[in-house]
Formats: sequence, structure tokens, C-alpha cells
Amino acid sequence: MAPVLELKGITKRFPGVLANDQVSLTLNKGEILVLLGENGAGKTTLMNILYGLYQPTEGEIWVNGKEIEVHSPTDAINVGIGMVHQHFMLIPVFSVTENVMLGDETTKMGGFLDEQTAATKIKTISEQYGLEVDPSSYVRDLPVGVQQRVEIIKLLYREADILIFDEPTAVLTPQEANELFIIMHELVKQGKSIIFITHKLREVMDVADRIMVIRRGKIVGETTPQEADQEKLAAMMVGRAVELDVHKNEAKPGKTVIQISNLFVLDQLKQIAVDDVSFEIKAGEILGIAGVQGNGQTELVEAITGLRSILTGKIELLGEDIANAKPRHITELGVAHVPEDRQKDGLVLSFPIYENLVLCTYYKPPFAKGINLNYPEIIRSAQHQIEDFDIRTPSAQTNVGSLSGGNQQKVIIARELSRPIQFLVASQPTRGLDVGSIEYIHTRIIQKRDEACAIMLVSPELDEIMQLSDRIAVMYRGKILTILDANEVTKEEIGLWMAGITPDNSSASKESIKLATTDGVQN
Amino acid sequence: MATTVIQRKKVETATPVRRVVMGLVFLALSMLILVLFALKSDPALKTTFVMNPGGIDRGLAPDWVLPGFSTMIVLTVITFLAAVYQIFVGFKKATNVVLGIVVALFIFAFLAWAAEGRSLNLGGMLSGAVLLSVPITLGAFSGVLCERSGVVNIAIEGMMLMGSMVGALVGSVTNSLLIGLIAAILASVLMAALHAVLSIKYKINQIVSGTVINIFATGLTTYISQKILQVNQSLNNPPIFPRLPIPILADIPVIGPILFNQNMFVYAMFILLAVLQISIFKTRWGLRLRAVGEHPKAADTLGINVIRTRYMAVLLGGAVAGFGGAFFTLGSVGRFDKMMTAGKGFIGLAAMIFGNWTPIGSFGAGLLFGFADSIATKLAILGSYIPPQFMSMAPYITTMVVLAGIVGRGQMPAADGEPYVKE
Repeated sequence: MAPVLELKGITKRFPGVLANDQVSLTLNKGEILVLLGENGAGKTTLMNILYGLYQPTEGEIWVNGKEIEVHSPTDAINVGIGMVHQHFMLIPVFSVTENVMLGDETTKMGGFLDEQTAATKIKTISEQYGLEVDPSSYVRDLPVGVQQRVEIIKLLYREADILIFDEPTAVLTPQEANELFIIMHELVKQGKSIIFITHKLREVMDVADRIMVIRRGKIVGETTPQEADQEKLAAMMVGRAVELDVHKNEAKPGKTVIQISNLFVLDQLKQIAVDDVSFEIKAGEILGIAGVQGNGQTELVEAITGLRSILTGKIELLGEDIANAKPRHITELGVAHVPEDRQKDGLVLSFPIYENLVLCTYYKPPFAKGINLNYPEIIRSAQHQIEDFDIRTPSAQTNVGSLSGGNQQKVIIARELSRPIQFLVASQPTRGLDVGSIEYIHTRIIQKRDEACAIMLVSPELDEIMQLSDRIAVMYRGKILTILDANEVTKEEIGLWMAGITPDNSSASKESIKLATTDGVQN
Repeated sequence: MATTVIQRKKVETATPVRRVVMGLVFLALSMLILVLFALKSDPALKTTFVMNPGGIDRGLAPDWVLPGFSTMIVLTVITFLAAVYQIFVGFKKATNVVLGIVVALFIFAFLAWAAEGRSLNLGGMLSGAVLLSVPITLGAFSGVLCERSGVVNIAIEGMMLMGSMVGALVGSVTNSLLIGLIAAILASVLMAALHAVLSIKYKINQIVSGTVINIFATGLTTYISQKILQVNQSLNNPPIFPRLPIPILADIPVIGPILFNQNMFVYAMFILLAVLQISIFKTRWGLRLRAVGEHPKAADTLGINVIRTRYMAVLLGGAVAGFGGAFFTLGSVGRFDKMMTAGKGFIGLAAMIFGNWTPIGSFGAGLLFGFADSIATKLAILGSYIPPQFMSMAPYITTMVVLAGIVGRGQMPAADGEPYVKE
């Protein structure tokens, strides 16, 4: 039987860039094919060609043994190809039904929407594949994981047989990612075929039937989870051996740098987001804050960095209460902040690198001369830091917005770590980054710890917390449930704490363990 | 195993601060009625409200004569009770409705005081309010059509101005209402086509493109008015759409003359309201239109032609604006004067925003602004103690207060004003 999908010698040239170079791959019915590659390797370009968003320079696309031409998403939909985009193509103010039916509406009396029929069809699909969702709820009210289910239902509604998932876990919590994998297995069991694009090695091992690795636009190898391990995949993907484990020396905690006592913080809706939190961090140690996103970590970080006012409590930095102080004052006391959303809160995307690098210090000599900026000095310093922090860019004048995610993050790291700092708040510092950049940023954070800086690391990635932290605090519904020594605790235990279950209480079911930990128990 | 949203505790379920502040606002209005109107009125005088607009001979109602002083005392007591209830118990969800009622009572007290010892044509004022709201509402509808598709349209004023001038000119030349009306619509659609090409195809900043059209329309219509229409009056003498009483309905007292004994434009406004409201929210066309205005890329990936949808919407918006423009010359005055639209297009834009980009909301806002306009006109005639200049500011002050108070809560189409660039 012919494979459901075959790409033959796909080449895509953009002006000055060869994004895909003679890429050929086959997808068989009922399998999950993982397309693994670093950011910028050409995975998304390839899939956009398949989905009709780009036209290939050369090459052929065959579906079910027939050559097809895909000029637009409509063509792709018509031959049964559907794509779950990395950034959801959903309209927040529409209901689930409206989102799903858009473009393929069921109507009555010539043009009037028939939401009833569509909702019934959605319910049937959602029951058949285990995609629980309420058709009448509005997308803006749904958690990200459920929004993704709506995206999947959109494809199934159009009877797609080939499903492309473009980095689907980038926006999901570990629990949601696990739920997605269960759904994907259910889909292939019922005869769908899936191409799964990712750069996260753990996921590959979890879900793949077959793995194709793409590097710089070329397929560099094909393997299966049985034949490969994470180290081997990382090496194929990056093109050199990669250190996946973080090596660090024993922490040598010094004096207390930050002391937080009985802190209460409200969210935008005036609800309690941080609920009676107390902890301290000493110089030269990393405190990891584990927890599923949305449990108050964001508000905690914003309160500490002066971006959000607190309700009551104390935040003492080296003895001075910095609660409700101005962010500039806090910065000047030696606090560095790597924000969770680097594009929104960390950088001015339309500014060049050199201006982004002086956002904390521009008003002080040597960068300021009276009321003027000393641009020659700013650029000289930027060039120095670009070298120091290995920022890959054509020049210091390049706009930050046109850099890759990893290099954008390095700009932030360079800005924050090159100042003399006492305390670093790093919120999801490696979110959405490729293996190489993660390795680099982890090394930098450890290095800063060894220079006797106190570090608070917030991350929903349990692996990252485990690898870097000296102590781990678990945050759940605004409270710090416990603070554990990183050397004496297992991933499974923290997973339980993250789900709000105290591990001593052994009544916890197997199911909740599986849901709560990032990657089950296979590592 | 469904993913759940993490629920957070509420610090305070209802905000007593807002409740009390609102109560104090009621109290202040109540006291103002007492101090400004009741205590200054003469118990011996009566206020006469005439309920029949001028020139109407169907659905007549007797005059409504009220003792000014006691009326105002009653109004003071009612609003005072509302204030007390709000401060100590609260109207909860109905608070905004009660606020509306209290403000309405305040306005009524003001009218009763201003017309004390004389007579005020209340029927005429309400009928005028409906008529004055027509161009505002039609302008707002034009805006709704464009902006729902993601194209900001501040050129409504220019389109209406062009429509009213061309309507007058063509109507005079042909001496035909219908041809004049069609010409007005076409002229405005031409302006809209320019806006569409500039902002959709050439991706020019939509505010700039709109401003260009406004300036162009102002310049061209003023030039034609001065050089042609004023010189040759026969070119500026179009017929007017006559009053068109609807059988039976027009005979209902009070309501009949206000709503069902108007000209074609008023009925067209109601029909358009229903048509737009249903087609935007209940049909395939409307769903796609809204999708394009919210998230054009999502619409594109589902095979919807974003560019074509936007052109359609802007051209339709232009047609509605042209129709609204024709109201000035063919539906009201029967003559074109320069700058005749007098900012009604911009107020229409405000009505659209206040109405949260929905036809029904725009209509409500249009009525509100029309009413403010009507009070100003009537009181100017009555010769109130308040200088007429201040009264004619009323609609604009209403606009500003309303925009400042409400606009932050509105839900603008997410991709409004953003040109769509296909990758």
C-alpha cells in the first residue's frame, strides 16, 4: 500500500537562504512521525509548504499514491491535510462551535448559521477521540490545553487524515502535554497519521514511532526511539555532542540575600494569587520554584521585582524592605530579572541589540553623557557583550525582533548578568529554546551562583528545576507547600506536590502520579 | 482528566466601594434636583408639555400639564430613595440601569424647571431626537461594517459629506429623489473604494487614509458649494423625501407621531438595524466578516479570502455612509450647505465605539446623542437661562463623558486597523 504522504526532494529557497534542501520523507498510515530539529532548522518551513502557505522551489508532494499541488490551505484541507499551528489559529471572542465551523459552516435557509448541527458534530468527534470540550464555551475562557483540543477538533471536523502538529507542547503545562500525547495515540489508533514537529528530546522518546532529524534544511538521519537515546538524538540535531546533564559543584550558601515573609499578592481580578508565602534565599544558592503555571509564580516574581504592588507582607533584600519599591530602585540594589515572556517584558523588539543591552543602565555613565546617550560607548560595550555571551547576530545594530528565540534570550541574559548583581530572578529562562541555547543558559546561571549570587529559578519544567536547583519550593494555588532539598527528593515526589498531593499520603492513585510528573516515570 | 482552570480566592466578592460611590452619585443628582430646580421654582407656576410634534395631524394627544414645584419634589424623593437603597443595599447588577433612570429623571426635572410657566413641545423634542439620530446611527453602521472586517474608518464624515453634496446636486438636476439617492450612495462608495485600495492594497496607515479622504471631501464639497451651488440656486434645490405615515401605527397617540410618522430614512434605519444585527451575528457572511476582523490569519488558513471580505465590507460601509449623507439634503433640509454634516460622522464613530461595535449598541448610542442634540435645539428656541452655546455643547460633552466612561470596557475587533500581509 502506498504511504499516506510522501515528500520527494522538496527544496525551498528564500532570498539568500536555503530553508529546505532536497527533503524527502514518507508517512505511513497510523504512525506518529517525529520531525526533530533545532529552531531554524527548516521544520516549520517544510510543513508550511505541505499546508500550502509557501510554494516549494522544487519537489513533489504525493498523497495516497497521487501527486498533488498545494497552492493554498484550502487545497491542503481538501486532500485531508490539517495543521495544528504553534500559535493557535483561534478567535478568542468566538465560541468553540463558531471557531470549528468557520470556513466550513453548516447553514440553513441559505446563509443562516446552523450552530446546533455543528455542535452535535463536535460532540460526536469529541467523544470519539476523547477530546473533552464544551462547544458553547468561548475560546478566551478556556485553558491553553483545551484550546489546543479545539484546534485538533477543527481538523477532524474537516475530516483530515494527516495531522501536522507544529511544536504543540511549547505552550502547554506538563500535564497538558501528557494529555495531548494520550490524544495523539488515540488518533493514530483510529487510523489517522501524524507528523509531530518538536525540538524537545523527551517528547520524542515518549510519542514517536519513527524519528527524522533535520538540520540546516537537510534530513540528517532517521531512527526510532528503540534505536536511539536522548544523547544520540541531541548530537544528530545539533551536529556535535551535547551535554544534557548540568554539572555543578556543591552549593556554598552564604549570608541571606532575600527574605520574604507572609507575602500576599493580588492578581488583576483582585483575587489572592500569592497566599502567605515565606522563604529566604542565601548567596550562592539556587532556589527552584516548581509548580504548574498559573499557581501564582508570575505574581510572586512581579511582586519581588517591583512590577506589582503587594497586599501585605515583607520582601527584604539585604535587610532593606523592597516591597512596593520602584523597579529602578530594586534594579539598582542589584536585582536582575529574566522575565517569563521575553518578547513582551524582556526586550523592545524594534530596538537594535545595543539599545536593548543598556535598558537598565542607559541613564548612568559611561552610557549617558549629561542628557545625551554616549552611542559610541554603548555600541562598543554591546560588541563586547555579543562576543562574551555568544549572541549570534550579523551586527550590534540588528533589531532584536529579527533574532532567533535563543539569541533574544542571550541578549537578556547578557544585559542582566553583566551588571554587578546580588540576586537573580529567572522566570522560565529557557522557555521555547533549543538544546544548544538551553545548555548555554544553564551554564551561565550556575556560573552566577558560584559567584555568590542568590538565584530564584521559576520553571514549570521539572527537569530544569531538578537539574539546577539546590533547594526546591513547590508552589500550589498561591501557597508554598514545601521546600525540599534537591539532593534528597525524587521527581515523582515533586510531581505529587505540584498536583497538590502530599506524598506521605499514599492514597494517591497511579493516574495522578502519571499526570503530575512531567514525563511519567520512564527516565 | 480534563485540564481545569486554577480557581483563585476572591478578596472581596462585591466591591462596596463602587456601590457606595454610585449611591453618592445618585444622592448628588437628587440634591441637585432639589437645590437647582425645586427650590428655585415657583409653586404657583405650571409646566406644560405639548405632546404633538408640529405639523402632525394624526395620533394627537392632549397636552400634559404638571405643577412644576410638586413634580420636582416627587422626583427628589424618588431619586433620594434610590440613593439610600444603593448606599445601604445596592441594586447589584441593575445598578447601571438604575443610574440611567436616575439620570433620565434628572433631565426630566431640568426640563420641567426650564419650561416652568411656559410650554415645551416634548413630543417634538422626542420626534426630533429620532430624526437627529438618523445620520449618527447610519454613520455608526458604516463604521461597524468596516471595522468588523478590520479596517478602521474615520472617513465616515467625508463619505457622508460627499454623499449629501452629490445627492443634492444630482437630485436637483434630475428632480428625482431616487436618482439623487443612488448618486449619493455611489459617490460615497467611490470614496470608500479609495479608502479600501489605500488601506487594504497599499497598506497605508488607515487613520492617514481616512484623514486624507475627510480633507478631500471637505475641500471638494466646499468648492462646489461656493462656485456652483450658491451661484446657481436651481442646482441646489432637490426634492425632499416626504413624511410617510404608516397606516394604523401612526395613529397611536404619542408613539405614533414620534416613530411612525417620519420619512423613509427613519424606517430605513430600523430596517438596516435588524438586517445588520442578524447578518453580522447569525449568518455565514457575518461569521466570516468577524473572523477576518479578529484574526485574519486564522481565517486565511481556513480558506477564507481575507482581502475580498475586507473590500466588500468597506464598500458596503461606504454605501451606508452615503445613504446617511443623503439624509441631510434629501431627507431633511432640501439644500446643500458647506460642512453640512457638522461632525455627525465623527459622532457616529463615537456611537459605534460606545455601542461596542454592534449595530444594536450603535443604534442605542445614536439615539442618546440624537436626544442630547434635540434638547439643545429645543431649549435654544425656548430661551432657557443657560446660554444656547452651552446647550449646543451638550451632545459633544455627552460623547466625551460616554467615551471616557465606557470605552475602556468595549471590545474592539482584535485586528482592527491592521493591514493583512500574507506570508
